[in-house]
Amino acid sequence: MIEAANVSKGFNGRLVLNRLNLKVTKGETVVIIGRSGCGKSVFLKHVIGLMKPNEGQILVDGVDVGALPEKELNRLRMRFGMLFQSAALFDSLTVGENVGFALMEHTDLSEKAIHGRVEEALELVGLKGIQELKPSELSGGMKKRVALARAICMRPEILLYDEPTTGLDPIMADAINDLIIELHDKLKVTSIAVTHDMVSAYKIGTRIAMMYQGQIIQIGTPEEIRNSSNPVVRQFITGSAAGPITDGSSK
Amino acid sequence: MRIERWVTDCGQRVMDGVRFAGGAFYLFLQTLFWIALPPFRPRQSYEQMVRIGVDSLPIATLTSFFIGIVLAFQSAYQMHKVSAEIYIPSLVSISMTREIGPVLTALVVAGRVGASIAAELGSMKVTEQIDALETLASNPVKYLVAPRFVALFTMLPLLTVYADFVGICGGYLVSVLKLGLSPSLYIKMSFDPLSLKDIFTGLFKTLVFSTIICIISCFEGMRVEGGAEGVGRATTQAVVTSFILIIVSDAFFTVVFYFIT
Repeated sequence: MIEAANVSKGFNGRLVLNRLNLKVTKGETVVIIGRSGCGKSVFLKHVIGLMKPNEGQILVDGVDVGALPEKELNRLRMRFGMLFQSAALFDSLTVGENVGFALMEHTDLSEKAIHGRVEEALELVGLKGIQELKPSELSGGMKKRVALARAICMRPEILLYDEPTTGLDPIMADAINDLIIELHDKLKVTSIAVTHDMVSAYKIGTRIAMMYQGQIIQIGTPEEIRNSSNPVVRQFITGSAAGPITDGSSK
Repeated sequence: MRIERWVTDCGQRVMDGVRFAGGAFYLFLQTLFWIALPPFRPRQSYEQMVRIGVDSLPIATLTSFFIGIVLAFQSAYQMHKVSAEIYIPSLVSISMTREIGPVLTALVVAGRVGASIAAELGSMKVTEQIDALETLASNPVKYLVAPRFVALFTMLPLLTVYADFVGICGGYLVSVLKLGLSPSLYIKMSFDPLSLKDIFTGLFKTLVFSTIICIISCFEGMRVEGGAEGVGRATTQAVVTSFILIIVSDAFFTVVFYFIT
């Protein structure tokens, strides 16, 4: 369904993605793990067309995302939902307007129908009846859940999660993980999540991909990653300060 | 070595300037394109008109009223020497409509509104709200820049006409209460020499100023990088650049109007 083929991207002469290859099949949840700043979020932004690769292609159902004109790209984006690391709720709008934003902008649904869809999406994330609140009145966890409701309101086929549990306490992080699993089961979506939270990765991932030096160096089921013999993967999943990752970066 | 570094720095600055001008001009073209393309957003434009126009009324009143007073007093100082106090109302009204009203209002709006636009869009950029807009298949220029452009383009001329009038009222206060001109003479001497050309040249300039304020502030806001520090830098830069461009374009159009009218 989603395929990254030899994707490269550099900023100011520094290569962040280096001929990266990854295939995500329909219905699975692939979690990309890796150190902060290794290019996980940059990759996610390529998938939804916020960035264009210097080389290579991102294909969604065989369509090259980077080569699409804006109108076609926006049509493709309607099939996506994205949860941002900072939630990225629009400060000037209420929760209800945030969640129903895409419906108001891109559909001819009546106000009543949009209201119903907003309520349904908020109920799915366990936040019924907060439509009139402003984002500034919400806690970090609530913001993430509202952002998730906004991402699913258009009933997308693909969900992208950028650090879904970062900045949350462990209990709220686990609640978000449960929510991601629940949404995956209920909505039958294909998901890509990027995180450096291994608890979250093991819990929500059908497969886990380790990103290092702009490439996917290993991909497998949570069990395969847990038992990986690759020293880079081992250092990352055990959270050790000494190992090939830190040796490499200190050189 | 020092000369080499100096030449490199100069070259870099010129390139930055060219890149800035090109980016701002491209944003201007995009804005015109998205304004012309339906769906139109009257509600967003109306909200911006209130924020930009109606909320600027108190500061526009205050500055133009006092400038009117200052203009009347300063001209009285000179006119008294040649016993020509009767021309003070004309001097105030023509100065206000042709020059001071448009420029002063534009500078006040650039300081108040331009800074707020740059800071708001900059905060949206650093908190990924602009990226979120794009992922929701909405164009940021259409959603954020176009309504602000429409609002500024409509409200700045209206504010200017209002500021012109308030400035003339300031002059009235001085002329009638201090210099002893009769109210009817002040009104006659203010409006009789005033031609439509004076008002239109002033208003034409405000259209240019509104474009400068909107495009520069939005462009600076949308290219913010580096968190809160970046937002602060962009806000300052938006105001400073708008001020400079307003003054330079005012000088340019004053020269042009001098020769063609």
